[in-house]
Amino acid sequence: MSENKFYLRMEGISKAFPGVQALKDVNFYVARGEIHALVGENGAGKTTLMKILTGALSMDSGSVSLKGSQVEVNTPTDAQQLGISMIHQELSLIPNLTVGQNIYLGREPRWKISAFIDWNRLYTDSQDLLSQLDVDVDARAEVGSLSIAQQQMVEVAKAISLNADLIAMDEPTSSLTDRETEVLFDTMRSFKKRGISIIFISHRLEEVFEISDWVTVLRDGSLIGSEPIKDLDEERVVQMMVGRELGEMYPKGDVQRRGVILEVNNLHDGRELSGVSLELYSGEILGVAGLAGAGRTALAETIFGVRPAITGDIELDGSPVKINSPGEAIRLGMGLVPEDRKQQGLFLNRAIRENIVISALGKLSRFSFINFSKADKLAREFAVKLDIRTPSLRQLVRNLSGGNQQKVVIARWLTLNPRVLILDEPTRGIDVGTKVEIHALMNQLAEGGVGVLMVSSDLPEVLGVSDRILVMREGKVVSEFSREHATQDNIMHAATGGKVNNDK
Amino acid sequence: MTNSIVNRPLDILRRFSVTIILLCICLAFALGSSDFFTTSNLLNVALQTSIIAIVAIGMTFTILTAGIDLSVGSVMALSGAIAAGLNVRQGFDPFVAIGIALLIGMLIGAINGLMIIKGGIPPFVATLAMLAIARGLTLVYTQGRPIAGLDERFIYLGTGQIMGIPVPVFIMVVVAIIAHIVTRYTPFGLHVYATGGNEEPTRLAGVSPDRIKLAVYIISGFTAALGGVLLAARLWSAQPNAAVGWELDAIAAPVIGGTSLFGGVGTIGGTVVGAFIIGVLSNGLNLMGVPSYYQQVIKGVVFILAVSLDILTKRRR
Repeated sequence: MSENKFYLRMEGISKAFPGVQALKDVNFYVARGEIHALVGENGAGKTTLMKILTGALSMDSGSVSLKGSQVEVNTPTDAQQLGISMIHQELSLIPNLTVGQNIYLGREPRWKISAFIDWNRLYTDSQDLLSQLDVDVDARAEVGSLSIAQQQMVEVAKAISLNADLIAMDEPTSSLTDRETEVLFDTMRSFKKRGISIIFISHRLEEVFEISDWVTVLRDGSLIGSEPIKDLDEERVVQMMVGRELGEMYPKGDVQRRGVILEVNNLHDGRELSGVSLELYSGEILGVAGLAGAGRTALAETIFGVRPAITGDIELDGSPVKINSPGEAIRLGMGLVPEDRKQQGLFLNRAIRENIVISALGKLSRFSFINFSKADKLAREFAVKLDIRTPSLRQLVRNLSGGNQQKVVIARWLTLNPRVLILDEPTRGIDVGTKVEIHALMNQLAEGGVGVLMVSSDLPEVLGVSDRILVMREGKVVSEFSREHATQDNIMHAATGGKVNNDK
Repeated sequence: MTNSIVNRPLDILRRFSVTIILLCICLAFALGSSDFFTTSNLLNVALQTSIIAIVAIGMTFTILTAGIDLSVGSVMALSGAIAAGLNVRQGFDPFVAIGIALLIGMLIGAINGLMIIKGGIPPFVATLAMLAIARGLTLVYTQGRPIAGLDERFIYLGTGQIMGIPVPVFIMVVVAIIAHIVTRYTPFGLHVYATGGNEEPTRLAGVSPDRIKLAVYIISGFTAALGGVLLAARLWSAQPNAAVGWELDAIAAPVIGGTSLFGGVGTIGGTVVGAFIIGVLSNGLNLMGVPSYYQQVIKGVVFILAVSLDILTKRRR
């Protein structure tokens, strides 16, 4: 390997956090104009490596060189000046500012030799940038009013405006629909042609194989391999990531579908749902697919009583029920694993055991006092059952990886033995290994007679896990497919209404 | 994109809704009392409102960063006392005395800011402690007695008129214009909004949220001190218990004027209008003979309505 072949060379990078060696002597090379996928399970060190590259974290040892000369990246500003940009997993835009203000934050154009911002130039420049990227967004619009996909494109515009020639993207597709992902990929390909290098972090291997030229795999903070994509296949990458044979990605036993457990008729919430009807059988996994904004989350939340239903009936085990709050849904034997586990699903600053037992406190208490030894026992039982990996159940949930956090949310519902479990994006942002475990768990629940309703934007997951698939569009269920007849194509066809929608 | 076009008339209505409310209140009082809509009464309202508006403008900066400054009432008393004390007891030139008082206000603001950014103390707690400390220092400095006998030039600042308009009103207008320009046209102003919106990306954009926060508490300390000096000038003396409870008005004005307590949203113009709503309400209620005890209740209710509006619009997003 010649010295100057690589645009970026990171060598011997090590970084320790209290109690964990996040990176161990990692080498990472990126060529000019290359889309380089960086993959690994949660906690493998991908984000840490990128944070070091972009100056958000300092390394304990190692060196970084760009275009053959060694550089010091101590702050995000250093990185910017060196032409390195990062698009963070949690979008780092400020919702109350406009698109243009976000793009030029910290380097606002001034009126000639004055202390004042030249708003006209700021907005014309940002609008130019956006149109260069073919993004139909008003530079004066507040970022908070944009869709996630639009915000992502604003982030990309911001990176471009920094004259970045190395852009690191941490899971940019995790909240995009397939169509939005394609738009992003087109943009990435055009950058590549302009000689811009892109580091692409993703848990979705199909995407990695679709877009990348090269793949680097990290595991437990160590470099496992770095190879051109053409020399690899998915199975091999997964094996490198998890360090073992994973078996089948979507194992599926023979399901014994029993009677209808949940029936929903003509559900309206006055906003996103316009008459949804469905039947959920005991012992099945019912997948709900659709584009962002089709009303899938609204459906999950309305059934569970998070949002009020305007009209519509819900029947549980054949008898009509009125669900006006999550509390009532829980008492009826339902559970919801919400879309945003950090905001809606967890008490991040509380211990794992508290998070697990919180919904079961009723049966753990006598005369209003909590029986802590019983609570501990229950928490331990489910932590073991779900293989939540942690040194102690007193550990704060904040410190767990995304996959383990999701297991905690699921464990909480399992303490209540629900009859209906609704999961909204159960594996978003979760590594392959844990993903398989969560899928296996869902299967196990279904086998035990639970009705499982799964909302997911991850089509391979919907296809792989569901017994039956409903497709939603514009607040309605528009199609139903059996497991045998569902394909990526016919689901997308149904979700988009059979035509490619250009304005969203 | 279509959304923004559809909402435009609504946005305009929302943008000026507070001004419309102010005009409605004025109209109601003008109909209810013949004394309300007279030049002398309106100037009186402006004078009454000017000091609270100045303090509220500084407060707006702290609230824009999602912070708050509860110490303003005490800082007003302390700086008024120090300016008066230096002038009367030490015989300082009034403007030198006032200059020192303003610096002390800024110093207290800086201490507030440092407690918040270095100590990690929530703004509510840090400035609540400062409320007690500054009031205590005022009582120590004044020994619990008013300081009277101010220089004429000092008193002029609170009671004088320029072309028939009270001096404090002029000062308020100047402060408001400067603050408006700073928030609307300077990078610092944008960074205040950014800090209140989301600190981490602000930091990643190379802006230090800590420095912004330090600056806003210094600004709030300065405007509180200025308000305190003007209050002493208007009353011809520094009172040890001056401006007790004024933090409520100073917070209510920006919030009524559309500044979100969650940070990142609000304007200086809104704050001035909010201060005038409070001023006009108490003036009009006085004219209509409503006892001041009831006025407190009404003020509290108006404040809650304004905060509820903020929370409702926030939820709708």
